[in-house]
Amino acid sequence: MSKKYYSSLTKKYIMSFLGLFLMTFLLVHLSINLLLIVDDSRELFNEAAHFMGTNIFIQVFQWVLFSAFAVHILVGVILQIQNWMARPKGYARRVGAEESIFSRYMIYTGAIIFIFLVIHLADFFANKMIGDVPEITSGNLAGMEDMGLLVMEKFKMGGYVLFYVIIFLFLGFHLDHAFQSAFQSLGLNHPKYTPFIKGLGHFMAIVLTVGFISIPIIIYFFK
Amino acid sequence: MKVKLKIWRQENAEAKGSFQTYTFDKVAPEMSFLEMMDAFNTQLITEGKEPVAFDHDCREGICGACSMYINGHPHGPVSGITTCHLSMRHFKDGETITVEPWRAKAFPVIKDLIVDRSAFDQIQIAGGFISMNVGGAPEANSIPVKVKNADEAFDSSVCIGCGACVAACKNASAMLFVSAKVSQFALLPQGRVEAKERVEKMVAKMDDLGFGNCTNTYACEAECPKDISITNIARMNREFFSAKVS
Ligand code: HEM
Ligand code: SF4
Ligand code: FES
Repeated sequence: MSKKYYSSLTKKYIMSFLGLFLMTFLLVHLSINLLLIVDDSRELFNEAAHFMGTNIFIQVFQWVLFSAFAVHILVGVILQIQNWMARPKGYARRVGAEESIFSRYMIYTGAIIFIFLVIHLADFFANKMIGDVPEITSGNLAGMEDMGLLVMEKFKMGGYVLFYVIIFLFLGFHLDHAFQSAFQSLGLNHPKYTPFIKGLGHFMAIVLTVGFISIPIIIYFFK
Repeated sequence: MKVKLKIWRQENAEAKGSFQTYTFDKVAPEMSFLEMMDAFNTQLITEGKEPVAFDHDCREGICGACSMYINGHPHGPVSGITTCHLSMRHFKDGETITVEPWRAKAFPVIKDLIVDRSAFDQIQIAGGFISMNVGGAPEANSIPVKVKNADEAFDSSVCIGCGACVAACKNASAMLFVSAKVSQFALLPQGRVEAKERVEKMVAKMDDLGFGNCTNTYACEAECPKDISITNIARMNREFFSAKVS
């Protein structure tokens, strides 16, 4: 199939480059979400959401982001199918020697992130389309959509909070292996820097996971 | 010592194959795994049964023939050695030992524990060589080589092509082997001349043969009897990238 068009290594380069790109996006997304926690008036968050929703550069960039997701997922699935096909019959007894347990389940943690993505985007755009978003009534943002309130309301629902927390744990598992893996795929392995990159990868996975998870938990219990 | 052997038996490439379990009690702890298999086969032959077919040649860890997947590990549970170097003292009395062939689409089973590893030969033929004029051997010292490069090239070249990396990898990927072969040339001036074509051709051949893709689980490095490092894979990726963009 596709391997006739792109070699295994080309696909790995695409995969790792897009994966790292998506991680930087997650950092930006997390920073914006955290505004909800630091600013109770929701003004900062709403301002950021408004900027994201209207700025022409961001509007174009949004499509770059969608494509990055689409290609990362598509190539990931193709690679995985080829990998399954490469061993039609498995072992009766196998003791995996993988360095990290998470490296065994990238397609599954990826699939869970994908399910969330679909729900998240459907949710977001449905609200926007239907125009279901409450308006800000006072202050200098009056008249604009109160996206912050929408998020706060969602995070007051226990079931949704639990769902969200579980999903982001799986994102953390994906990223824990992914970060250092991407550097290796890009050919960047160095006796001096690789241990640091591995450490940074664990750190990033924890920061992103704890960061995203903390928001619904704080809102649910303390706001 | 007495062991229970659960061995994959398969008449030929087309046969379905299945596990057979045998009890074997003439095991001495100082036997190598292959000596144990020889003794066991002798018993099978005296009983008028078909001996277990397995691959072996040098029996000193240099030919890479003794491909056996033992108790969930290629070359058995002891790291850094081949099956022929594995000794029976690493097993407990009465233990059940599961012995399977390498499992990969690119390494089809020929009979019992023997697989066809000629896919590796095909990858080598695709680019694992240097071209030079025949004639008298040139003076070795006329081409300066950095000691560091010479050492690293040597470390890569100790790969014996056993296929344990493919057997261990959850994706049946051959990248550790291919990267070792790419590296042993890429690190030396004589190999630089054809470096670009080499990496492109070897990777293309590897893909064609149906090996899986690397997902950097590093199981290959952990199971390789020659401790080939995954830094070779990173080097191959770099070589491939620069071959593609230049
Ligand atoms: C925010 C979301 C995501 C981020 C930041 C992300 C990031 C990454 C990174 C950095 C890698 C390592 C690449 C490499 O080893 O070369 C990776 C691998 C992978 N990702 Fe994702 N990913 C995300 C979502 C997804 C989704 C939705 C899927 C859906 C199937 C997916 C499937 C995979 C697979 C299968 C791999 C392993 C591929 C391989 O090593 O060959 N990822 N991801
Ligand atoms: S890299 Fe190691 S495991 Fe793979 S073929 Fe070479 S010696 Fe065997
Ligand atoms: S028989 Fe040669 S390496 Fe084991």
